[in-house]
Amino acid sequence: MTLINQQRKIVQRRGPSGSGIRHSVQGVVVLLVTLALAACSEEGEKKAGDEALAAADIRAPEARFQEHPESGERLARKQVLVRGNASEPASLDPQLVEDTVGGAIVVDLFEGLTRSGPDGDTEPALAKSWVSSDNNLTWTFHLREDGRWSDGTGVTAHDFVYGWRRAVDPKVGSNYAYYIESAGVANAGEIIAGEKPSETLGVRALDDFTLEVSLDQPITYLPDMTVHYTMFPAPRQAIEAHGADWTRPGNMVSNGAYLLHTWHLGEKLVAARNPFYREDDQTIIDRVVYVPIESASAELQRYASGELHMTSTVPVSQMARLKKERPAELVMAPSIATYMYTFNVNRPPFDDVRVRRALTYAIDRNIVVSYITRGEQMPAFSLTPPYVSGFDFRQPEYATWSQPERDEAARQELRKAGYTDDNPLEFELLYNTDESHKALAIVISQMWKEKLGASVTISNLEWKTFLSQKQAGNFGMARHGWKGDYNEASTFLTLLTSDSGNNDGGWSNPEYDQLLLEARSSKDPNPYYVRAEEILWQEFPVAPVYFNTTVALVSPMLKGYPENNARNIIYSKDMYITAD
Amino acid sequence: MFSFIIRRLLVAVPTVLALITVSFVLMHAAPGGPFTNERNVPEAVMENIEAKYNLDKPLWQQYFIYVGNVAQGDLGPSFRYKDFTVNELIESSFPRSAYIGAWSFLFVMVFGVGLGVLAALKQNRWPDSTVMTAAMTGVVFPNFVMAPLLVLLFAVTLRWLPAGGWEGGQVEYIVMPIIAMATSYIAQVARITRSSMIETLRSPFIRTARAKGIPRYKIVLRHALKPALIPVVSYLGPAFVGIITGSVIIDQVFSTGGIGQHFVNGAINRDYSLILGITILVGILTIMFNAVVDILYTWLDPRVRY
Repeated sequence: MTLINQQRKIVQRRGPSGSGIRHSVQGVVVLLVTLALAACSEEGEKKAGDEALAAADIRAPEARFQEHPESGERLARKQVLVRGNASEPASLDPQLVEDTVGGAIVVDLFEGLTRSGPDGDTEPALAKSWVSSDNNLTWTFHLREDGRWSDGTGVTAHDFVYGWRRAVDPKVGSNYAYYIESAGVANAGEIIAGEKPSETLGVRALDDFTLEVSLDQPITYLPDMTVHYTMFPAPRQAIEAHGADWTRPGNMVSNGAYLLHTWHLGEKLVAARNPFYREDDQTIIDRVVYVPIESASAELQRYASGELHMTSTVPVSQMARLKKERPAELVMAPSIATYMYTFNVNRPPFDDVRVRRALTYAIDRNIVVSYITRGEQMPAFSLTPPYVSGFDFRQPEYATWSQPERDEAARQELRKAGYTDDNPLEFELLYNTDESHKALAIVISQMWKEKLGASVTISNLEWKTFLSQKQAGNFGMARHGWKGDYNEASTFLTLLTSDSGNNDGGWSNPEYDQLLLEARSSKDPNPYYVRAEEILWQEFPVAPVYFNTTVALVSPMLKGYPENNARNIIYSKDMYITAD
Repeated sequence: MFSFIIRRLLVAVPTVLALITVSFVLMHAAPGGPFTNERNVPEAVMENIEAKYNLDKPLWQQYFIYVGNVAQGDLGPSFRYKDFTVNELIESSFPRSAYIGAWSFLFVMVFGVGLGVLAALKQNRWPDSTVMTAAMTGVVFPNFVMAPLLVLLFAVTLRWLPAGGWEGGQVEYIVMPIIAMATSYIAQVARITRSSMIETLRSPFIRTARAKGIPRYKIVLRHALKPALIPVVSYLGPAFVGIITGSVIIDQVFSTGGIGQHFVNGAINRDYSLILGITILVGILTIMFNAVVDILYTWLDPRVRY
């Protein structure tokens, strides 16, 4: 405040000339700006650091390869890949990551036992081979001996044991602790509940390169599940040295193709090649920059200005235009995700299976995918997407009917259920506030209105409010999206078991539960899965709408983008940038 | 004056405390929590997470723990960005927003006041109508229209400027955020300045000055400008805080890494500690700059005394 007084004195001393006033006006300006800058005086030193780091990014090393070692394509001189990445990750700690944006970075920084190949199939990564006991209760993974942390130390089976124990440790508080439990790892449930110490978890290192996993429920697809970051190894040395700050640049030690270089929240995260990575001499991309851009249209503009090599999504409203203008850059990869509406089966009118069936029939899915979503999504009549690896995909009979036939069947069902023109079906459809969900809700509710004479109220709620209403069973019909955690049908089908935490509609069927339980330990679970799907086709706990795709723009210069990976797991090390 | 400042400081403490209390209650009243997710986790897992962040304790206990920590300058861990504390988030983002904001404010003062005075002096002639048309356009161009338009023109079409980023605040990265931030404020300030200047120029003391034969520019600069600025200062005091605490639009469109995004995302994600931390920051700044405005009044208008 003394500043203000001094300023006044200076102004007054200048005397009665006109310029004195002009200066005083400038004085006010300068003063306020000074105050604003004084409020953030700490910035001074920090900014210099920022510039140095920014300069370091620009000074990324000249690419080591002039042409691609296999294809012979001419490569760009700077192999700096810039990826649009939707938002800031919740964490970079493999055991704490819980979102796709975090996962996208973590799979570049870390490497697990297995990985997802270009077609979405599970491939060996740090584990060179694995065997299971006859009853599938004990799994043994043999590790490669050339795995290295970015500080040069070797990656051993002990690092996996440490990581898995962290995942279930109540003190760590991982959202994905349940993932270890759902894999059936012995004692996981008790450890999460605080009844046993984390050392009792059914995973141990037989020697430095042999990992043994004991399960208390048999499972045939454990290797598929280890693709997930929750089951990645964790660097004990860095976590013990830095505690909660271990995921910062400089502190973090990782074992993937890249290491954390810089992280400016809300601006960018930069990963640099990890010189200790076992295949580092074959990695072409030197730096990966992840830019968190929450607005899809802003991301599109960044891409159009040439600053991104790939986007994380594409605004639905721009699909038609982009299909015309940039058809070669628009990638529509199948995704193991299903878009559907969940019925609350405990609430009228949805306690009547005929109502559920009628509404499911009457959705004209071709209109939805060709005129609204436009991303080459596939009309869905069942729960599990066909892209799920090893899944015996079949469709219910009504999928083969024409839409007028389905509509006619729907009308009959509804009449049987007692709804007529005088007594129309009335209900509310709930979705979370979002342009594309809204478009879908409007169009589909209009179909029900026109074909079935139903009176549908559509209402939207803000995301967290929507979730808490839905999880409390406070809804009649609600939007539901489900993305598989691993590439096996059970990740979809267990959604609707009686004990599933995500079965918000409250549907329950003992035969269905039993089938999925038996499928876990079966050598060929497909017959169980097919039977389970058949039950869904009779009972309609959910109305499937479409099987999703992941839509993105990918620069023609960027090669190796996994267009057929239905899990949408993208490893930067598998890509490269060509010269033109 | 000194006692005035002391009084203001004393009032500030209960004000901030009331602000914390109201925000705390409102936030916890909102449905869902920081860890409500599409994927509903088993109860035991949720209990572990809540225990880690003290959310398992009764609400009043959480409140006192929070206030106690705030008194020591600790705003707590972020619930959404688990690798960071709220202090770290504010330290990394607020300087960026303040930097953009300070420059925007400078432009607002220079162009807003300048154009407003120009329009007033040439009232009802072409400079006036031009400035006022531009101002009306500026007012109806909020930053969520302005920002994407700028990017489209200068980054996508002309490729003169990068579409986003910060890179240590280099000029080419902050030009568009500053323009997007300043435009609507410039328009507002120009309009306020114009009408207030016109009114002032009609006052008796200006007529007296003119009767004495003082040159027109001297009348404007020496006598009319100060009283004409009073409504501008009333407007800009609170607006200043809004300018330096950034905007979610600017942060999202330009990836500036500013604090504006945290305010909105904090609410959407129910990141209790982040949203409270920013509320406290904005609250303190508002109290501070309201006091600055009051002090400026004493200088602009000699009749005001404290």
